[in-house]
Amino acid sequence: MSLDIIATYAVAVLLIIGSFFVVVAGIGLLKLNDPMTRLHAPTKAATLGIGAYLLAAMVSSFLSGSGSLHELLIMAFIFVTAPVSANFMAKANIHRRDCLPNPPELPDGDTWATLNVPEEDREIEEAPPNA
Amino acid sequence: MTQASDFLTLTLYGALTLVAIAQFMAMIRLWIGPGTGDRILALDTMFINAIGIIVLLGILQGTQIYFEAALIIAMLGFVSTVAYARFVLRGDIIE
Repeated sequence: MSLDIIATYAVAVLLIIGSFFVVVAGIGLLKLNDPMTRLHAPTKAATLGIGAYLLAAMVSSFLSGSGSLHELLIMAFIFVTAPVSANFMAKANIHRRDCLPNPPELPDGDTWATLNVPEEDREIEEAPPNA
Repeated sequence: MTQASDFLTLTLYGALTLVAIAQFMAMIRLWIGPGTGDRILALDTMFINAIGIIVLLGILQGTQIYFEAALIIAMLGFVSTVAYARFVLRGDIIE
């Protein structure tokens, strides 16, 4: 069993792992019950699945003779930006009051920074959410 | 060796099919909503799956030329997700 055959099987196994995570992310996005729960499925599982695909691409490029580590760049970028965009989407959910439970009311007229609306948009926001 | 590469080809086509199914699921979530946050999340997932499809095409054809396209899609996906979320949060993207 030469190194080529082992590398080919390694690429195949990485592809299977990646496909598993990507499909789990898709099912979770479709099947979970409320917005904050749905946020979990793609932001973690899909990112991990794409990481496995990129590893497979790297191994396969070494297999075909022109080895490169370019894909590490995409992997690093995705792994850094996924939590940031997930945090932004969670804040958008809180702002739209799509989360359970909603943040409690604050005493003496304070508001949460995430729920705060800029001065000039107040009268638009007075309408009930999701209307 | 032919047995191994046959298995790899089979896995590649299987992976492409599964990513396409995941992409379709994200499209259904984009269609039915119900909230703004869900639609932003579905778009973000579709960006990520698009990177997966492009990487798989690169493995299938044995080329490196899809690398830049994948990197650009990754960057556009992040920037557009942040822009959508900021628009929902503040009613403006750059204040």
